[in-house]
Amino acid sequence: MATHKIRVTVNGAAREAEVESRLLLVHLLREEFRLTGTHIGCDTTHCGACTVLLDGQPVKSCTVLAVQADGRQVETVEGLEKDGKLHPIQEGFWQEHGLQCGYCTPGMMMTSCALLARNANPSEAEIREAISGNLCRCTGYLNIVKAVQYAANKQKEGAHVAA
Amino acid sequence: MSPPRTSAEVSGMGHSMKRKEDPRFIRGKGNYIDDIQLPGMLYLDIVRSPFAHAKIKSINTDKASKMPGVLAVITGETLAKFNLHWMPTLMSDTQMVLPTEKVMYQAQEVAAVVATSRYAAADAIEAVEVDYDPLPVVVDPFKALEPGAPVLRTDKKDKKDNRIFHWEAGDRAGTDKAFAEADVVVKQDVYIPRIHVASIETCGCIADFDRVNGKLTVYMTTQAPHAIRTVFALVAGHVGLSEEKIRIVSPDIGGGFGGKVPVYPGYVIAVAASVVIGKPVKWIEDRMENLQADSFARDYHVHAELAARKDGTMTALRIKTIADHGYADAAANPSKFPAGLFSICTGSYDLKRAFAEVDGVYTNKPPGGIAYRCSFRVTEAVHTIERITDVLAQELKMDPAQLRLKNFIPKEKFPYKSALGWEYDSGDYPAALKKAMEIAGYAQLRKEQAEKRARGELMGIGISSFTEIVGAGPSKHFDILGIKMFDSCEIRVHPTGKAIARFGTKSQGQGHETTYAQIVAEELGIPAAHVQVEEGDTDTAPYGLGTYASRSTPTAGAAGAMAARKIRDKARKIAAHLLECAEDDLVWEPGKFSVKGAPQRSKTIQEIAFAAYTNHPPGMEAGLEAVDYYDPPNLTFPFGSYICVVDIDRGTGMVKIRRFVAVDDCGNIINPMIVDGQIHGGLAMGMAPALLEEISYDENGNIQGGSFMDYLLPTAMETPRWETDKTVTPSPHHPFGAKGVGESATVGAPPAIANAVVDALAHLGVKHIDIPITPEKVWRILKEKGVAE
Repeated sequence: MATHKIRVTVNGAAREAEVESRLLLVHLLREEFRLTGTHIGCDTTHCGACTVLLDGQPVKSCTVLAVQADGRQVETVEGLEKDGKLHPIQEGFWQEHGLQCGYCTPGMMMTSCALLARNANPSEAEIREAISGNLCRCTGYLNIVKAVQYAANKQKEGAHVAA
Repeated sequence: MSPPRTSAEVSGMGHSMKRKEDPRFIRGKGNYIDDIQLPGMLYLDIVRSPFAHAKIKSINTDKASKMPGVLAVITGETLAKFNLHWMPTLMSDTQMVLPTEKVMYQAQEVAAVVATSRYAAADAIEAVEVDYDPLPVVVDPFKALEPGAPVLRTDKKDKKDNRIFHWEAGDRAGTDKAFAEADVVVKQDVYIPRIHVASIETCGCIADFDRVNGKLTVYMTTQAPHAIRTVFALVAGHVGLSEEKIRIVSPDIGGGFGGKVPVYPGYVIAVAASVVIGKPVKWIEDRMENLQADSFARDYHVHAELAARKDGTMTALRIKTIADHGYADAAANPSKFPAGLFSICTGSYDLKRAFAEVDGVYTNKPPGGIAYRCSFRVTEAVHTIERITDVLAQELKMDPAQLRLKNFIPKEKFPYKSALGWEYDSGDYPAALKKAMEIAGYAQLRKEQAEKRARGELMGIGISSFTEIVGAGPSKHFDILGIKMFDSCEIRVHPTGKAIARFGTKSQGQGHETTYAQIVAEELGIPAAHVQVEEGDTDTAPYGLGTYASRSTPTAGAAGAMAARKIRDKARKIAAHLLECAEDDLVWEPGKFSVKGAPQRSKTIQEIAFAAYTNHPPGMEAGLEAVDYYDPPNLTFPFGSYICVVDIDRGTGMVKIRRFVAVDDCGNIINPMIVDGQIHGGLAMGMAPALLEEISYDENGNIQGGSFMDYLLPTAMETPRWETDKTVTPSPHHPFGAKGVGESATVGAPPAIANAVVDALAHLGVKHIDIPITPEKVWRILKEKGVAE
């Protein structure tokens, strides 16, 4: 099988890999780069456990080929914490009990980050719509909604302080 | 609820302490099965049957064996050499690991490939050539029982039909008499469909056999690691696996809900492969395998009858059920309970007479059935009684809330002996329902419904007042393969007053690392932040039966309190020595002993712990630790009342849950935040089978709903903003009055939703709709009644 040399920026760091054409991005991240925070939960692009940001857009990395990430930026859950400080979305999930088994959590947080990047002040309905491609079996979603609201408020405070 | 006895710093019971497990999960640093990579690890993939029932004429592995990276192709014949091609189920039935003669359901394991990579293994399974000869398929359990139906279990020499068991409980003659004397009798068929827990993490394992020291380590997604170790020792003892050389490690688990209790063939094949090849072998099922082949839940065909007086007093309940178990009885019930705890079906009502019977049946479907976040068939029981209670209310033209209030077991009758033999520990059912009605604004909702109905709008209000039976269980009745259903805790207090506590259970998201630490904090006054909780490694944790059936708090949690109390007893002796007083002169408050009448003379638990290693009394053993194996004296009976409000779209038949009020009573609460979270999640998993989820089969045994394309889990869009509240009725026999909560909402929610939908359509003459209540089902009814838009 043909292989390709690809260069991907993962959480700000340049990475290289020699990959088969068919290798999925999620397997590149998990098995080549050992970033196992991105999970796999289905075969049909429904569950969203594998969500990462590709050039800032949330994608389900089980449905993206590794070669499609060549030359692009990938952000995963491992990149959320900066300089030992949790990202507001991580704080929100912890504070509001937005996770139980933790398996859907990384994908759920990445989707939420993308939402907050394009809409700093989402309504409950907008949050629910944004995360509707991410399945959670444990929480019944209410505390996830609260976690995203917490992060939105936290980011607004941060922006206020910065201003 | 009374305020916490401990400070926020100690965080004993009643504190909404943030979870101790979360720092790793929010950083993507959980350690789930597929995250583990061992040096030299191989990958296993499985060939599965396209037929529901077929003779295997031949399996040709030549092509697959020659593919790049392939080390072995394993068939039933390979395993038969070691007599490992069949295995026992937890219900003393047998199931195939890999077949040698025929397949019994679609997606059954047929052969396995071991290769150097996941992709190579997946390629190779496509190259295994299997020649099948299809056999007649038995899908319908009623037809399976008809004379002349093909007998499926031809492997059992004396088996002449497809009946697995007949079980019954209660007084048949007395119940029949009560029915004969009743003013009113209502009858209803209720199908509780086959569903799948579909935890977001599927099942998997890494079997790692070390040839040098003969030790087998299996990392696996199991809710019951200790029991699994014993099962492995019993099943594979004849090939030299001895229990002290087996270590089961259950890492972080991405949801269990009952689906990770059984031993699946994939685990056993991986173990066999690792033993034969001498390298670690990883098997991770994909979602379709998970939905199509793992143990299902429910599949109960219930016929229920309820007798009553004209005034609405319920007098007797009679239930006959056909249980479709697939081709093997692979339920994960306590051994003496083939129909689980279905005999809780008299529910919250003071029914003097009851009789229930269940017949288990073989069909060409995957084996089961396990619980779907419930305690052994409690959901089936609750759905039946709560549904038929509404059928009776409709028949009598009574308000369903009033009918329930009239028939509840009165508070003063607890402990209450039910007609089917259980002793309910405590309850205050009217309080929970009245609270739910108040929060929901029940009278106002009925008024609104009447106004809407006059305008042709469809709005329904549904109630469910459930009673659960959890915390299995007392050793007199409860065992799995003979092992009594106690659970355990071992606590060691270190010299500096910090502690490690190990338990026989295994969290799958319930938050044990936090709540168990809070139990120890409550009992010893050591801050929960300094109590490290561990479970899931059979080499280190004390033996226990695991986490399912809401049993962790009632059993292992109780063991935690009892072990802590043993430590406190020793601490009292040490404190008396340090303070030079008699033990009886000491008073305990969380975290310290002080001398009666001289509170300034005291020793903290930290000072006592240090003394246990540095200055212990002469004649006393050093150290401060204890183990407790807790055998509960009774089960616990959590309860609650739920009110659901739905609106139905006359154009599409879509049911929208507008409000859902849940008042739960799980006794005393360890962590209110976690309890609320458990209820939210349980409600979503109750809504799922009520409106969305079903696994069905066509007449050829082809699965319908075998992927997330058509097996629909609730998303954040359909899920309402849950409104939760509580009453607190402590369990009188549990060490700290708790009852268990993880499954209450899954059990209680489906009938509230179904009752709401039927209520919305009751004026059109609708009396019952089977779950899942899909838009199509509702639309067909609207069409038939001439009200579809």
